Amino acid sequence: MILLLTGLGVLLATGLVALPWRDGLRAGRVAAAGSVLGCGLVTVPAVRALVGWDTPALDLPWPVPLGSFSLGIDALSGFFVLVVALLGALAAVYGVGYLAHAAGHRRLGVPWCLYNLLLACMLVVVTARDGVLFLVAWEVMSLASFFLVTFEDEREEVREAGWTYLLATHLGTAFLLALFLVLAQGGSLRFDTFRELPSPLASVAFLLAVVGFGTKAGFWPLHVWLPEAHPAAPSHVSAVMSGVMLKTGIYGLLRVLTVLGPPPRWWGWLLVGIGVTSGLLGVLSALAQRDLKRILAYSSVENIGLVALGAGLGVLGLAFDLPVMAALGFAGALLHVLNHAVFKGLLFLGAGAVLHATGTRDIERLGGLLRRVPSTAHAFLVGSAAISGLPPFNGFVSELLILLAALAGVSERAGGVAVPATIAVAALGLVGGLAAACFARAFGVVFLGVPRQGLDREPAEATPAGMRLAMATLAGLCVAIGLGSSYLVPRLVPAVGELTGLTREELLTVLGWDVGRILLAVGLVGAAFGLVALLLARLRARMLRMREVGSSPTWDCGYAAPTARMQYTASSFARPIVELFSLVLHTRIDEVRPVGMLPSGARLQTRAPDVAEAHGFRPAFVAVARLSERLHVLQQGRVQVYVLYIALALLVLLVWQLGLGR
Amino acid sequence: MGWEIDPILVALVLVNLLLLGASRLAACVRLVAVQGVLLGVLALLVQVGWSPWRAVLLAGGSILLKGIVFPRLMWKALRGAEIRREMEPYVGYTLSVLLGLGMLGLTVWVGGRLTLPVPAASHLLVPVALFTTLTGLFLIVARKKAITQVLGYLVLENGIVTFGIALSHEAPLSVELGVLLDVFVAVLVMGIIIHNIREDFDHIDADRLVSLKD
Repeated sequence: MILLLTGLGVLLATGLVALPWRDGLRAGRVAAAGSVLGCGLVTVPAVRALVGWDTPALDLPWPVPLGSFSLGIDALSGFFVLVVALLGALAAVYGVGYLAHAAGHRRLGVPWCLYNLLLACMLVVVTARDGVLFLVAWEVMSLASFFLVTFEDEREEVREAGWTYLLATHLGTAFLLALFLVLAQGGSLRFDTFRELPSPLASVAFLLAVVGFGTKAGFWPLHVWLPEAHPAAPSHVSAVMSGVMLKTGIYGLLRVLTVLGPPPRWWGWLLVGIGVTSGLLGVLSALAQRDLKRILAYSSVENIGLVALGAGLGVLGLAFDLPVMAALGFAGALLHVLNHAVFKGLLFLGAGAVLHATGTRDIERLGGLLRRVPSTAHAFLVGSAAISGLPPFNGFVSELLILLAALAGVSERAGGVAVPATIAVAALGLVGGLAAACFARAFGVVFLGVPRQGLDREPAEATPAGMRLAMATLAGLCVAIGLGSSYLVPRLVPAVGELTGLTREELLTVLGWDVGRILLAVGLVGAAFGLVALLLARLRARMLRMREVGSSPTWDCGYAAPTARMQYTASSFARPIVELFSLVLHTRIDEVRPVGMLPSGARLQTRAPDVAEAHGFRPAFVAVARLSERLHVLQQGRVQVYVLYIALALLVLLVWQLGLGR
Repeated sequence: MGWEIDPILVALVLVNLLLLGASRLAACVRLVAVQGVLLGVLALLVQVGWSPWRAVLLAGGSILLKGIVFPRLMWKALRGAEIRREMEPYVGYTLSVLLGLGMLGLTVWVGGRLTLPVPAASHLLVPVALFTTLTGLFLIVARKKAITQVLGYLVLENGIVTFGIALSHEAPLSVELGVLLDVFVAVLVMGIIIHNIREDFDHIDADRLVSLKD
């Protein structure tokens, strides 16, 4: 616990040291060093908690009404602390190089201080044991990330994105306030005093948690801030926001589930439903985007959907008393939290490196970067394969666990399990396939072929060492988690135990033995596959050594005069799928088809406005604005009238109170 | 000891009613000054029994500021603004007095029901305090000239002080002195602002200052 506090202290202290520094580069180095050190310190108690050692909770008196400064770290908290610390430290290392070009014309002390503050707040959020402390940390976390999103505040769309984010996050927090009021039942807000609620109240609390935490996590249709805010932020911040900050929402939801007692069935159905919708609509929306970071943001919605799906299956397992399904579901959800942090972090960092090298995020203009920035390209390839759920990378393992949880439910007789489980199996397959298509498109269009439209500058591998190091580490982790899953998954037993209430032995039988064998096979086959690929590559290199190696332009295709315009564009690649799902996507396709034997001009443009925003939130907010217009009568602009309002309100309250008093 | 402060409380009520019915600004200023002096005496009478030094200090400060300094500032502002009376109030003077009587009734009802942590020095104290507060608010709402607004603010503050006297055992000396200082600064600032408004706009009608509305 001392180490946790020291870590938080280091984060805040280095942030404050960096704050007034004029030299942005040095400020960044100090703050990043602090991030790495602080994150390193907090991993120690996190790992101890994950292993199952009890760490005494910390309880300090706090001059805030109702609250106490109470931190504790159990296996569930420890797991999330680990995720935060891992990506937080790596993204900080990356950020030093990434922001270096801005050091000349921008004060970097402020964003670095906010970055460290963001990390510290996320750590407090996942370890807080008091409602007030939790909400304060939550709010500061939201504000710090808001200011980081608006880093480039001279651009109109960044400011717009910032406001959207601020509004969404505060709407979510409003639900959380209500949630804690319900949980406290008029008593203390300390977590350990929360008792099981009577059933209708527990359901109210659950729904409040789903909406409040779901807004932060990005459940569809509460995700609308996500595709705006993530592209606007600097890339290492996007990586932290998408990779870790969304997960604080998942953490909150899981933590509330542990408090509420045995769940009714419909909670599981709701979570599975949210998971399926978020997964499908997230990946479909991702397919239709042309901004690289927007693709990644929508793909975060998809992955959060998968996490919710796993948690939903776990809840169903608890509700129907199927321990295997519960264990697998929650283990899959937790592992996917870690995996998504790793590969989405990697992909955002990769997208940042692309932006760094070319100056644009519009994939319709990019192409052929594989030759020009090979290290970024390879890291991005690993991330793409992992996020598509291909073995032997890490995404495969967690999706496999969730799939196994669903399969455990399919064979049940009770329709309440079998139907959602079957839907989950189908959805997992569909989402996986679409994700593969999405990232084939993203990687292919950005890195293969040749540049589609002229770039402003020749992209060069100027990627600073810190950026490369962070990406390489994350790519290595993608492989390591994929291969070593049979070792890793049993480590989740204490955390899953907190969520399911199952004993260590039961869980070890499921996660360690039954699934462990499958995972071991996955790891071994994966390793063998990698070895064969390596050998083949060696062999190819050896065979080519003595020969003459010729090269020809990409996309030659036997044409006499190939041009860059003959390639698939991002829009044309995605078009068949987008058309297939146009019912849910409402994509606008704007095209001129080629006509005749010798067509002269053809054009295709697809645009995918966000369905939830265009058909849900925008009309709703317009209606609210129209209603608010009517209140304009009250705003007279005369001081006297305003004072009258205040006086009348006070008088009415006084009379009301006294009238009721007797 | 209700008998010795009740006359003062009644005088306070009468001053309030006069204020509601007065149209000449100079008279208003004088009435507020009288109210300030009355308050000082009231504080002296209520508190002298258990803490003479403190009572003398507070009463002296109150009389000095509210009876002498504020009226001077006001007169200065009045002379600068060259206005004599409030011409078109939102609520007419007769109606103001009638509404004032209504408010008095309401506050007596409230005073009867309100339970205080410590018993007040007189059963009239709470109604009078509330009535003075409401009168101040009413003046702010119902009058147009900026100077009447300042007077309303002062009356409002007098009401709060009266209430404080009712609970004087609870409020430490520093708080009361702080309130006094607050009011002093506020009146000073308002005097300056009135002066500047007149310089810039040639009038001090608060109802015509609506161009800042969103």
